[in-house]
Amino acid sequence: MKTHEVIIQPGRSERHYWRDLWRNRELMYILSMRDVSVRYKQTALGTAWGLIRPLTTMLIMVFVFSKIAKLPADPGVPYPLMVLGGITIWTFFSTAFNQISNSVTMNANLVTKVYFPRLIMPISSVAVSFIDFLVSLGLFIVLAIWYRFLPDWHLIMLPAFIILALLASFAFGLFFAAVNVKFRDIGQLIPFIVQVGFYVCPIAYSSRLVADKGDVWWTPFYWMNPMVGIIDGFRWSLLGERAYFNPQSLLISISIVGICLALSLYFFRKRENTFVDDI
Amino acid sequence: MAVITVENISKQYIIDHQKGKGANTLRDVIAENFRAMFGGKKNQNAITHEEFWALRDVNFSIEQGDRVGIVGHNGAGKSTMLKILSKIIEPTTGTVRIKGRVASLLEVGTGFHPELTGRENIYLNGSLLGMSRSEIRKQFDEIVAFAGVEKFLDTPVKRYSSGMYVRLGFAISAHLDPEIMIVDEVLAVGDAEFQKKSLGKMRDNSASGRTIIFVSHNLTAVQALCNKTLYFEKGQLIEQGETNQVIASYLSKVSKTRLLREWDSLKEAPGNDYVRVRKIELLPEYVDELTHIDVRTPMKLRFEFWNQMDHANLNLSLHLNSMTGECIFNIGTKPQPYGKGLIVGECTIPGYFLNDGTYTISIMIVKDTATPLYVMEEGITFDVEDYREGIAWYGKWPGYVRPQFPFHTKMLEPVTSE
Repeated sequence: MKTHEVIIQPGRSERHYWRDLWRNRELMYILSMRDVSVRYKQTALGTAWGLIRPLTTMLIMVFVFSKIAKLPADPGVPYPLMVLGGITIWTFFSTAFNQISNSVTMNANLVTKVYFPRLIMPISSVAVSFIDFLVSLGLFIVLAIWYRFLPDWHLIMLPAFIILALLASFAFGLFFAAVNVKFRDIGQLIPFIVQVGFYVCPIAYSSRLVADKGDVWWTPFYWMNPMVGIIDGFRWSLLGERAYFNPQSLLISISIVGICLALSLYFFRKRENTFVDDI
Repeated sequence: MAVITVENISKQYIIDHQKGKGANTLRDVIAENFRAMFGGKKNQNAITHEEFWALRDVNFSIEQGDRVGIVGHNGAGKSTMLKILSKIIEPTTGTVRIKGRVASLLEVGTGFHPELTGRENIYLNGSLLGMSRSEIRKQFDEIVAFAGVEKFLDTPVKRYSSGMYVRLGFAISAHLDPEIMIVDEVLAVGDAEFQKKSLGKMRDNSASGRTIIFVSHNLTAVQALCNKTLYFEKGQLIEQGETNQVIASYLSKVSKTRLLREWDSLKEAPGNDYVRVRKIELLPEYVDELTHIDVRTPMKLRFEFWNQMDHANLNLSLHLNSMTGECIFNIGTKPQPYGKGLIVGECTIPGYFLNDGTYTISIMIVKDTATPLYVMEEGITFDVEDYREGIAWYGKWPGYVRPQFPFHTKMLEPVTSE
């Protein structure tokens, strides 16, 4: 191996940061595996929890919103399928967002004892939520078969929406992860944000209901939510044309996520050298 | 060739002192900003900042193959220095240049997860320390054998004894193969036998031309392992150079030694109407031109006092106590009749008698072998430093005394194999 000179100076961000990040991909993988294998240690039901949670949430929502509140699904789409699609992508986003936000503080013991590009922590933290997501997606497929619901060509767009949801979780999570190091208030704030998000995002209902309202004062705010486009798009690629999808909202999602991601990343990189002083 | 160059390194911390209640939370910061925004008065509970320099203008360079010890008190900046070299902490000012692959061992078993098995933790810890998976796989069996945990490879480490945990942690780091190795106080853990094994392993490594930086409170280990030593105090590099020299001056600075107490006039002298102490002094006969006492050093205690009684049958009683107050021995002089005057008592403590440690001497003046007239408590305090030759074990030598009684081995009857 060629010896290269490392220069340590205040405020000097590592010149080879991204190369270092790539070199440490094995560490990233191992930290991911750590989180995954620790997740359900000493639980009787084990990985079944990954199945139980989305399933019960869906059943409760079907009961509350469809049976009691009589919320309509998109025409031609079974309500449980619509809800499960929403839950699947939302849960992916929100758990990833949560894990990323807590990733640095959760690994405080590493931050104070070893050097590695700090971005490894948020990146490796999303593995757990991705596995849960796959389980939930499997559940969706089973339910779709049950309803004899066949996906069409829209399905090829699915990965794009998954990646977009992931990028969104980084766009907001990285910022919070860096702030969380100094202010643990973030730990209190995040469950609250997730809870609010659950209702302001089209999970239990379809965006069609909002679109049908026309121009009420609050509708622009609704469409400004970057998750609206992502959730609608995800359902659209799973359920086809019958699911409501407004391409314009996707444009909003992409621009907001893009801008936030760039800012978040910049902020995280700026702060990461001083994590150890504050943690 | 200098592999590490440290120039003007300083590290500053801002310590927040908040008058009044509460910590520095997000709420306080927001509230403070709001008040400022509306031109409000500065809060009475304002946070005051104090600057603290953990390191100040440190300069040194390390040559390839050097084994460098870092000594100093707690809080002298040793660990901060190591963390800067390890890229964990960013310095406030200055520059460090490092040539070569660095492995930092600041903790045994960094990142060990209690729920994961020994096997999983080897991979986790190894890759945190910078080993690739293929490197770990290649050395896996050796690591396991070194740690002696073959049977428990698939047990979660939370079920390990603390000894096993430490052994596994060290075994992994002992199999790192960097050009520069940074080690912080890891030998403080583990049992004596394992310490010996670990130090042996580190010596082997250094023999192969590796540069080692080693922080320890165990001066014996530093002396055994390092050819150069840096001495830090209050964030500054006080002295650097050959290990023996630096350690000697470190010892002379840190020791709580008080070898002489003297009172010139009778009025100031401690004592009472019967006797007053003039002088108590410990005179070591230093070995090898050292300036500190080690286990080899013979010492002479000299005690002078004024007797103010016309006729008294007096004797002295000397107590040598350990730092924890246990009496190591008590020795007395024969009683003798004395009139008024200055009396001197002398006692010789031979070399190769006391073990390393801190000791105090108390002296009692006794009348008629039964009545204590005056006790001088802890008149002398001195440190005995460790010294070993030809011994590859650096743990704390047990016991209060370390005599060299005749103790030999010889071959009784050789076994001849045909």
